[in-house]
Amino acid sequence: MACAGSTSPGEKKVFDPALAYRLSPSVALRREPFGALSYHYGNRRLTFLRSAALAELVERLGEFPSGGQAVAAVGVPEQRRASIERALSELLASDVICVR
Amino acid sequence: MPLSSQLEAGLEAPICLTWELTYGCNLACTHCLSSSGRRDPRELSTLEAKRFIDELAEMQVFYVNIGGGEPTLRRDFVELVEYAVAHRVGVKFSTNGTTMTRKRAELYASMDYLDIQVSLDGASAKSNDPVRGEGSYQAAIRAMELLAEAGFEGFKVSVVVTRKNAFELEALLAIAEAHRAQLRVTRLRPSGRGADSWHELRPSAEQLRSVHRFLSSHEEVLTGDSFFHLAPLGKALAGLNLCGAGRVVCLVDPVGDVYACPFVMHPEFKAGSIRDQGGFRAVWREGELFAKLRRPSPGGACNACDAFSECRGGCMAAKFYTGLELGGPDPECVLGHGEAVLAAVVDRPAVEPGHSRPVSLLAARRR
Repeated sequence: MACAGSTSPGEKKVFDPALAYRLSPSVALRREPFGALSYHYGNRRLTFLRSAALAELVERLGEFPSGGQAVAAVGVPEQRRASIERALSELLASDVICVR
Repeated sequence: MPLSSQLEAGLEAPICLTWELTYGCNLACTHCLSSSGRRDPRELSTLEAKRFIDELAEMQVFYVNIGGGEPTLRRDFVELVEYAVAHRVGVKFSTNGTTMTRKRAELYASMDYLDIQVSLDGASAKSNDPVRGEGSYQAAIRAMELLAEAGFEGFKVSVVVTRKNAFELEALLAIAEAHRAQLRVTRLRPSGRGADSWHELRPSAEQLRSVHRFLSSHEEVLTGDSFFHLAPLGKALAGLNLCGAGRVVCLVDPVGDVYACPFVMHPEFKAGSIRDQGGFRAVWREGELFAKLRRPSPGGACNACDAFSECRGGCMAAKFYTGLELGGPDPECVLGHGEAVLAAVVDRPAVEPGHSRPVSLLAARRR
């Protein structure tokens, strides 16, 4: 159950604000006091999403025509945008989120 | 706040829930955590088990580790596994391999969200069978062959590290890889029948150093996070490196009792029952024992130690069953602080009587 648009191994995945994303179909996300926990049923990997803002963003990615619009809509402050986008790149690399 | 502190404060639901499905077992391993043998007549019915799975699905418990006893001996075993995965509660179950058939292996291989651990405690019958029972090595190897032939890739070979196998880890890794499986090693705990065999079976200090070297150089080997007490020997091992009892893990036993730690099925660590009003959710979220475990501990002898931030004082179960203070050193403290306190213990908590009697199918077959 890999995502559509999966890239070949070794290719570096970077979050692109122009593309549309979603929570990977193999992943369950559970809200926690520190943000959220995600579990990938395919590779059985647990991931800690360590802020409520990131958790909400990941939950709602699929509602927006582009990742950039999703980031704007959930109200990420300008000074945190770079770190949020880095986190999204990591989540993309571990297939927690995927291009749709 | 560091992640470890956030986890110590507890989660909405466990990350990892161990569910011992039955006390029934056809083996009688000398280190069995649950002293299994005979099934308990009060064990959860199929309907109760399914209601529990419903609750886990609602709480978004991602997966359960099913064990026992030998869980595959339950007649509704496949029914319950199918029910769980259909509700997106993933299952990893432990088995001694004795019930594996080609048909079963093919069924397991065809299921999503399912993982299997075959228990093996030695790289040969000579080192395995004295611990797990005569014929158990052959049964486990046969189960692994059947899984490999059915195309079940990446199942786990689960090894409890003891004095008898600590120097066989390379050979055990080779056995796992030959079956396209992953090696998983866990710590021997002095729980259940292990309370009696621990002093004889626990690895020596030299062996523990060798285990740490092995794990440091084989990051593909899984540990269930059970060797964090070895961290002061060098670099920390992969994992959360903290005691997860009541914070990220818990155990539900065959009659539905909920314990904070998968290795301490003792009244002192019983938090409630899934049969109580409010079910498992109420026990996990409101249970008094869990609340207590999630509060910062008052500390003890270990707080003054430089290595405390690495080993976090070690394993609660190992301390509890050897009669040590929970705030003090682990009996296998790699800095040697455990040996002295261990020598001074006069009163160990009694282990629950257990459910065992000799019912080994393998033994019966032999006669």
